[in-house]
Amino acid sequence: MTVEKFDAIVVGAGMSGNAAAYTMASRGLKVLQLERGEYPGSKNVQGAILYANMLETIIPDFRDDAPLERHLVEQRFWVMDDTSHTGMHYRSDDFNEPAPNRYTIIRAQFDKWFSRKVRAAGAIVLCETTATELALDADGKVIGVHTDREGGIIHAEVVVLAEGVNGLLGTRAGFRKVPKPEAVALAVKEMHFLPEEVIAERFGLSGDQGCVIEAAGTISRGMAGLGFLYTNKESISLGIGCLVSDFAATMERPYALLEAFKGHPSIRPLLAGSEIKEYAAHLIPEGGFKAIPQLFGNGWVVVGDAAQLNNAVHREGSNLAMTSGRIAGEAIAMVKSRGRPMTSENLSLYKAMLDKSFVVKDLRKYKDMPALIHTNSRNFFMTYPQLLSQAAQNFVRVDGTPKIEKERATTAAFVKARSRWGLVSDAVRLALAWR
Amino acid sequence: MTTSLVRIEDKLYQNRYLVDAGRPHIKVRQHQSPSSNLLALTLVCPANCYEVNEDGQVEITADGCMECGTCRVLCEESGDIDWSYPRGGFGVLFKFG
Repeated sequence: MTVEKFDAIVVGAGMSGNAAAYTMASRGLKVLQLERGEYPGSKNVQGAILYANMLETIIPDFRDDAPLERHLVEQRFWVMDDTSHTGMHYRSDDFNEPAPNRYTIIRAQFDKWFSRKVRAAGAIVLCETTATELALDADGKVIGVHTDREGGIIHAEVVVLAEGVNGLLGTRAGFRKVPKPEAVALAVKEMHFLPEEVIAERFGLSGDQGCVIEAAGTISRGMAGLGFLYTNKESISLGIGCLVSDFAATMERPYALLEAFKGHPSIRPLLAGSEIKEYAAHLIPEGGFKAIPQLFGNGWVVVGDAAQLNNAVHREGSNLAMTSGRIAGEAIAMVKSRGRPMTSENLSLYKAMLDKSFVVKDLRKYKDMPALIHTNSRNFFMTYPQLLSQAAQNFVRVDGTPKIEKERATTAAFVKARSRWGLVSDAVRLALAWR
Repeated sequence: MTTSLVRIEDKLYQNRYLVDAGRPHIKVRQHQSPSSNLLALTLVCPANCYEVNEDGQVEITADGCMECGTCRVLCEESGDIDWSYPRGGFGVLFKFG
C-alpha cells in the first residue's frame, strides 16, 4: 500500500491558513488543512476589523455571503486621562460606497464561512486535530507532520505553518524562536450585546454603518497599550492590550485594566445595559519588521501571526495574515506547476513575492517604532495624554483667567514634564520612526 | 480611575470549555521558590490560572485557560513551565472570538 501524500499541509485555519489553503486548493493542489479547534474559528480571537481589499483579491464576491457585521464610516482616535478624552474623529459619507473598504466581523462566524470556501475549493479540512511536531527526514527536510491522532506521520511536499502567534511546530523544530515578551501584546476582550437600534442611536449610525474607537492614555497605566471599541450589528467588541513585558514589569491584572477601561466616564455610557457573553484573551505580534523570522526552508513556509506579520502602528493584522497566506499559496503553486521540488531555494520565491507586497513594505516603514514605543512607554502612554488633557481643558474652560496666562500655563506644564530638550527629542525620534 | 472588584470566575463563566480531565496542557516544573516571571503569572495571567500555594510555590489549574500564550512567552524558555496546546477539540471554545 502506498502512503497517502498531500501536495501541501496547512497547519491552522485562521486568516493566513484559510487564505493559503484556498489559494492552493483552487489551483488544483491536493491540500490537507489541520485545525485543533472543534470548528475553524473556535480558537481564534481578533478585534475584529476585516479589510475588504485583501479578501477581494482572494474571493472577489465575498460580500455575497460572508458574515459581515457593519461597514465602517467613522474612526475615533482618543487620547485619554482618568476623567476625559481628547478625540480626533474621522467620519465620511464616502465610506457608504457600493463595495465598502472595512467591516467589523466576528471571527468565529467569519472563519466558519471562510472554511466553507476552502472546502468548496477542494481542500480537506480536519478539525479537532492538534499538530504536535514537524516530521523531518535525515537531511532536515520537512516531510509532513505528527498529530495527536493515531496513524503516524501525515506526509506532504510542503507544510504551511499558519499556526498563529503561539505556533508550536516552527519553534519546536528550531525554525524560529518563541516571541520575546516585548514583541507581543496581551489583549483581553469582551463581547457586549445590545439591541441593534441602541447601538445605532449611541453612535449616530443607520443601517449597517459602523464606528470604531481606538484609545490610548492612562487606561494602560503607563504601559505601552491600546484600548478599542468596535461596533458589531448587535454587539460591541471592547478590549485593551499592552505589551507582555510591561504586564510582567508592572504586575497589572489584565482584567482589572479592562474593568477600569469599561468604567471610564467616556466609555461607560456607550456600554450601559449591555449583556456580556464572552471574555477572551489573545497575543498580538508587536515586534514589527525586526521580529520577522526566517520565512521559508526545506519543505516549509511560515505565514501570518506565526511570522509576526502584524502592523502595530495601523493595527492591521488579519489583512497581512491573509495576504501572506495567499502569496505563500501562489508561490507553492508556481513551484509545483514548474515540476520543481519544495526546497528552500525554490520556496524562497514566497519571500521574494512577499517583499514586493505592502506587507513587508509597511512593516519596514515602521521598523524603529516598536523599540521607541517600548523604551518610552511612560511618556507616550501616561505623561503626554495627561498633558494633552490638561491643555484641552485649559483651552475650553472659561474662568476669567486671561488667555495669555492660560497658554503660558499649558506651555509650562509641557516643559516641566518633559523639559525643552525632552520635547524636541521625543518629537524628532517619533518623526524618524514614522517616516 | 476606579477599579471595580471583579471576580475572574464570573468572566470565565461566560466561556465554553471542554476540559481534558487529568491531562493539563500546561505544567509548572517543580521549584523551591518561584522566579520573578513565574510569580508575575499569578497576576498577569488573564484567566488567573496561576496561584501561590501555602508553601510559596506557584501552581497552575489550567481549566479556565484561554490559550493566549502569555505564560509561554514569559516562562517557557527559562524552563519554569512546560507549555503545549490541549489535545484536538479540547480547551476553550470561542463562540465569538
